[in-house]
Parts: sequence; C-alpha cells; structure tokens
Amino acid sequence: MPPDQAQSDEVVTSDACQQVTAEQLVRENAGWMLVLAERMLNDAALAEDVVQEALINALNGLHRFEKRSTLKTWLHRITVNAALSKLRKRKRLAEQSIEELLPEFDQYDCRIERPWTHLASVHDLVENDEIRAHVAEGIRALPDSYRIVLQLRDIEGYDTGETAELLETSESNVKVRLHRARAALKKILEPVLRGEEHL
Amino acid sequence: MSERQNPGLMRRLKGFMLKRMHSMITCREFEEFIMDYLDGSLPGAQLRKFEWHLRICRECREYLAAYKRTIKIGQAVLGPAHESVPDNVPEDLIRAVLDSRGG
Repeated sequence: MPPDQAQSDEVVTSDACQQVTAEQLVRENAGWMLVLAERMLNDAALAEDVVQEALINALNGLHRFEKRSTLKTWLHRITVNAALSKLRKRKRLAEQSIEELLPEFDQYDCRIERPWTHLASVHDLVENDEIRAHVAEGIRALPDSYRIVLQLRDIEGYDTGETAELLETSESNVKVRLHRARAALKKILEPVLRGEEHL
Repeated sequence: MSERQNPGLMRRLKGFMLKRMHSMITCREFEEFIMDYLDGSLPGAQLRKFEWHLRICRECREYLAAYKRTIKIGQAVLGPAHESVPDNVPEDLIRAVLDSRGG
C-alpha cells in the first residue's frame, strides 16, 4: 500500500458525530473551498493554488482545530486567510477609486437620484439565469478592496469585527468600504433593478 | 410651484430646509447614517432624524429601497460558498493534497 494511501485512510479528526479520514475531509470540502477562493481571487488557477495550500495547512494543523466551531467553519477561515494572503502578496487589496459609482449630491447636499417607477423583486430577478449571471458579474467587477469586504460581510456572513480582523483593518474602515461596495453594486445593477434591461 | 416647473429652485429650497431646520438632516448626512441604521446601531436622536428624512425625501427613500434590494439580490444569487454545489473538483488537486501527507 503506498504511503499516501495509508495516510488518506487514517482518521484525522472527528466532526459532530462521525470520524473523518484525510481523504474524506479533502473530497467533502475542496469543492466549496474552491468556490470561495475563486470568488475572492477572481482567478481559477490561483484559487486552486490557494485551496491546495489551505487543505495542506489544515491537515497539518488539525491538532489546532479546537472543535469550538465546526470543521467547515474552521476550513472556511483558513481558506479566507490563504486567499487574503495571496491578494496581499499581489498588492491587490490597496484602496482603489470607485468615485464614479458612488451616490451623487448637488451643491445643496440634496441627492441626485432618478425617480424609481419600478423596483424589481428579488424573486423575479433570481428566476432568470441570465440576470443571475449578470449580478455575479457585477460583483466580480467591483475592485478587489471593495468586493472582498462585500463578500465577507454580505455573502459569507462574517460580522464587522470578524471582517476587520481578517482584513487587518479597523471596523470603521470595513463599514466605509462595505457601504461604498453596496452603493457601487447598486449603480452597476440599476438597469436590471429598474427593469430597463431585459436579459 | 412644482418641481417639474422649476427643479433648480425646488432643490435649493429643499436643501435650505434640510440644512437649517431643527431635527432635519441633509441627504448627504442621511447617506453617512445608512450603515448604522441597517445595523440597528444608530443612536436615538440620529435615528429620529434619519426616519424623518426618510418620510420627506423621495430620492433617499427610493435610494434606500434599491440599496437594500441590491444586498438581498447579491445574497440570493451567490449565497455562502459552503452551501454551494460546486462542479467537479480537479482530481490532481485532491491527489496533490493527499500526496503531500505521504511525502
């Protein structure tokens, strides 16, 4: 039996009510970890590198898994940290300008907003595959420093404090970036939300 | 005089009113309060001003509705990664991870 086979079959940890072998851990989690890394990095090849690294680190550091969280939660954070580390190395987390996508005000500090005669429902929008792809593309189009905050807070469910810790920044910075990211995404999706763009 | 007849004057009047009148905030200030309002952490006095502004300002009311819809649609389309149903994972990735333990 090759050494890697013996290692794959070895019980490496136990989750809620079952024992988990290394191979099970990898096969059951690599898929969603790839989805997570690809969303964060916008790069499929880089995401594979990150997940490989994250899984190797996880298997080597299983003794540090304290079971206060679930195995999935623990792997999630390892993947996020590995992806953020990759983004930092590539200097992709530096703040970028999205001024043109932010709300506008006139000289009296009044909002400039075209009247909304129609606001599409979530239900109507998510039923259309092309619109779903358009929304995903809109999120991908945000600059990294804004997209990452939006993904961690609004999509992955980290709170402001956790997001600040992961990004090694202040909570107020997370709030500012998240607000801008949401406002920018609203602007990007406006034709679809207004029902003016039929995909 | 309606907004349609003289939009510039109406905006000027609105801006003046929001800036000068007690218990009012401008649209720009409203924008700064949105995050705390949605988190439920806006202090009482600011919350009352925010909600009052929401009642009288059509632009901010519609803006906030679209902003909230944007958050919901993003969540509905992507959803947390760990709940996703991914395509097949490359076998060479799995082998590389498992082989790393053998070496």
